[in-house]
Amino acid sequence: MTLSTGSRPVGPAKALPPGRYKMSGLLRSEWTKLRTLRSTMWTLGLTVFLGIGISVLACAETRAHWSTTQVSGFDPTSTSLIGVFFGQLTIGVLGVLAISGEYGSGTIRATFSAAPRRPLALLAKAAVFGLVALLVAEVVAFLSFFLGQALLTAPAIHATIGSPGALRAVGGSGVYLCLIGLFALGIATIVRHTAGSISAFLGILLVGPIIIRALPPSLSNEIEKFMPDHIGAAVVTLHMGSESLAPWIGLAVLCGYAVALLVIGAVLLVRRDA
Amino acid sequence: MIVASGLTKHYGRKLAVDQLSFTVRAGVVTGFLGPNGAGKSTTMRMIMGLDAPSAGDVTVNGRHYHDLPWPLHEVGALLEAKAIHPGRSARAHLQMLAEANHISRRRVDEVLDVVGLSSVAGQRAGKFSLGMGQRLGIAATLLGDPEVLLFDEPVNGLDPDGIRWVRNFLKGLAREGRTVFVSSHLMSEMALTADEVVIIGRGRLIAQIPIDTLLAQSSQRYVRVRSPEIGKLKVALDHMGAVTVPEEDGSLSVRGPDEVAIGELAASISVVLHELAPQSASLEDAFMELTEASVEYHGVPATHPARPAVTP
Repeated sequence: MTLSTGSRPVGPAKALPPGRYKMSGLLRSEWTKLRTLRSTMWTLGLTVFLGIGISVLACAETRAHWSTTQVSGFDPTSTSLIGVFFGQLTIGVLGVLAISGEYGSGTIRATFSAAPRRPLALLAKAAVFGLVALLVAEVVAFLSFFLGQALLTAPAIHATIGSPGALRAVGGSGVYLCLIGLFALGIATIVRHTAGSISAFLGILLVGPIIIRALPPSLSNEIEKFMPDHIGAAVVTLHMGSESLAPWIGLAVLCGYAVALLVIGAVLLVRRDA
Repeated sequence: MIVASGLTKHYGRKLAVDQLSFTVRAGVVTGFLGPNGAGKSTTMRMIMGLDAPSAGDVTVNGRHYHDLPWPLHEVGALLEAKAIHPGRSARAHLQMLAEANHISRRRVDEVLDVVGLSSVAGQRAGKFSLGMGQRLGIAATLLGDPEVLLFDEPVNGLDPDGIRWVRNFLKGLAREGRTVFVSSHLMSEMALTADEVVIIGRGRLIAQIPIDTLLAQSSQRYVRVRSPEIGKLKVALDHMGAVTVPEEDGSLSVRGPDEVAIGELAASISVVLHELAPQSASLEDAFMELTEASVEYHGVPATHPARPAVTP
């Protein structure tokens, strides 16, 4: 490859906006980072595929083996949202990769060179990732619901989006997925390494509940309802028991977790060397 | 201009940079010279605000990096080769940096062109060679057309053509009045590129001097002499005050008199000469001499397997 001469790479005359580098620029930068990686497309594609695919499969299976004894207690809405629990794994991995990939490759130093106010850079990343995750998750939730309900033909019972609680369950499960992604981003901001972050994320999501169930019931019931997976179950299920948090309260708690992790992450970003 | 004063960095109990003070002026290439592990990269990261100093201070154009309103328009830095996500294309990498600091997409194409990566701009950087990674890093430094540029070991992994290009490129940047700070562990590379050098060893400043002064100091010329009657010649040379060192290959290294004086002396005492060759001590030797006491990791020479490593 031949190199051009070393003469001055003349740039355009500098006409910079007043003040400092802006949030709008950081948001565009984070959007470029997110969309220019294949891993993003893979994890989002897998979220859509698994989320919708498993929901559809569950509904088709239910219809194929339908028996009248099932009618009482059958919840067509939550059946069509089963895929959400698979989607949370892939969206969590994407949340982790959004920042651990920068640490792993060294891109984080380029990022902080362009935006030395690190919490601002993290805020931009969380905003862009959160918005993308929310959009994809809502698409998954609504498509799962409508496809699933279409498959639950008579004699099986089905719900419509106008059924009591259905819109809340569908819309809420999209919000749940987005918050789980931000939760994972918060973990990865603290842990920094991909493998460690994914282990911590899966540990809290999947292993945590198993450990808590080993505790005496009086204790485990109290703790369990604050676990992310249990909050998710309460959002998706229409007839949740009294041992769960109410759906929106649960989502508010989960949002609190994600914000707390991201704030801790931001403090560590400032205090630690990049 | 970059000003470091009393810059110090501990990693745990290890002292990486120790009370380092120096000034990097605009309009010249300033080399940052020191053995591997001397603290060059740590110092550069502190200039960029990536690592926080344990003590002391460093400013760029009078400000801490953190306080620069448009960092990429004021400072461009190549800190490590291939500090880029392997799954992202060269263009995407530059574009995300450009967007963060209000730099146009046209400028991204310009800098790709300057470093000769236009034809592979869409390829994933993971496939790039080390040299291509370096060029991409150099392209990133130019995005904001900054006045201050930092390069950490920029010629690593480049072919001779690329090395020459970088050398001229750095000089060109300095000629335009920019501040150019470039690290290397190779004295010979600095001799060809830098106008001034900041030399450090074990995190401490050894010298900040113009390269010409350093070269004059270190270009201790000597003359290699061979003769069948080397003993007789040595006595005569010693007598006239020359410093003579017999070498393993039977030749004699003579410091003091030049080849003319030695030749005339040999003629006057009728000693036959087989070789009379002026030599100059290599720059690397001079550099080694300067930094000898401060080299952190001494290897055990392969020829003396029993000798323990020197631990200063």
